[in-house]
Amino acid sequence: MAPLSTPGRVPAPALAIRGLAMARGYRTLFRDLDIDLAPGQVLQLTGPNGTGKSTLLRLIAGFLRPDAGSIRWSPLPEDATPGECLHYSGHHEGLRDGLTAHDNVATLASLLGGDPGRAEAALIEVGAGPLAELPVEVLSAGQRRRVALARLLAAPRPVWLLDEPFTALDRDGQALVRRLIASHAQAGGLVIAATHQPLDLPDIRHVTLGGPAS
Amino acid sequence: MSAWTALLLRDLRLARRVGAGAELGLVFFLILVSLLPFAIGADQRFISRIAPAFLWLSALLATLLGLDRLLQADEEEGVVDQFLLSGTPLELLVLAKALAHWLVTGLPLSLAAPLLGLMLAIEPQAMAPLALSLLVGTPALTLIGLIGAALTVSLKRGGLLLSVLVLPLTVPTLIFGATLVKEAALGRPYTTPLMLLGGMTLLMLVIAPVSAAAALRHARQ
Repeated sequence: MAPLSTPGRVPAPALAIRGLAMARGYRTLFRDLDIDLAPGQVLQLTGPNGTGKSTLLRLIAGFLRPDAGSIRWSPLPEDATPGECLHYSGHHEGLRDGLTAHDNVATLASLLGGDPGRAEAALIEVGAGPLAELPVEVLSAGQRRRVALARLLAAPRPVWLLDEPFTALDRDGQALVRRLIASHAQAGGLVIAATHQPLDLPDIRHVTLGGPAS
Repeated sequence: MSAWTALLLRDLRLARRVGAGAELGLVFFLILVSLLPFAIGADQRFISRIAPAFLWLSALLATLLGLDRLLQADEEEGVVDQFLLSGTPLELLVLAKALAHWLVTGLPLSLAAPLLGLMLAIEPQAMAPLALSLLVGTPALTLIGLIGAALTVSLKRGGLLLSVLVLPLTVPTLIFGATLVKEAALGRPYTTPLMLLGGMTLLMLVIAPVSAAAALRHARQ
């Protein structure tokens, strides 16, 4: 299923983070953070719990405003906001109980500018094909994760921000995530993943948050 | 299919599937109206006189049902994050959600109201105006509720706070709506309250999506 894994018509923009600082409450999570990432690169974020990995991903996704510094994407397609170029997959899967796996993925695909008709193929691709017609509240945590991953394929976007993508997944599921990340990067996409599991990719970039406490 | 239509259809499907308020609002309305004669007794003329106000109050309370989950369920599951990444403005997406809420609560209430008016011995010439007033006015109630739902989106037990926030803001709509039906029952023209009621709805149509979207964005920071 080669076409499903391509990052879409839009080429990935490059990411430039300069002097980023963020505090939660009275605690500074990071400051003077610089990151440069080119299309086709994979960045692995590591660091002890509570050092701001999720916060950094939500900053990059544009959900939060940084206290200082800038996050720039270039080049962006005309009339597009950075948010329209990226996928964010966090602790909450974005699935609504009461809808089937297929309807959830199809709705998310429509929301994210993808083709809802690809929901079924995407579910098969992530190994959740047989679950398509089940309401998501009966699925296990790992199965829900797979269904959530399906939207990355149903709505192709060049940038993937993945927060703990391996959570609750079995060995096969973890291999699937590695495969998806590798093929996305190979197709020119850009991936930032916060995880402590090895991604097993050649030339992967690492950023570790939470140096000496500030 | 556009993001907007997809979201509208999804919310309508959710309302149908989980028994989440769609019919319950109507049943709640019916129960409130049938309780009134028990509380007041068999004074038909008195009931008939307060019926317009009471029907409007009941519609207001029935609209409040389910408002606390209108945005909260999506927020908790991380769907609002996905709204923010959609190319469609958040203002329009929350409007789609409000429209879905009105289609499953306000619209059936408006259509059923004349029948319930019958139970309260409302004047026959006021039945059509009653339905009209609710059709024009309940969208304003849903939209005001949308603001409250967005403001309380991150509160675990925000339902009561939401009612406290929303109810005072519904006063103008309530006044114009009940006045319209009262005037119609007395056989007088009701163009003025109808215009004011429509004006409230149009005003809320402008204010509510913008305020709700701003509240949702702020809740993340």
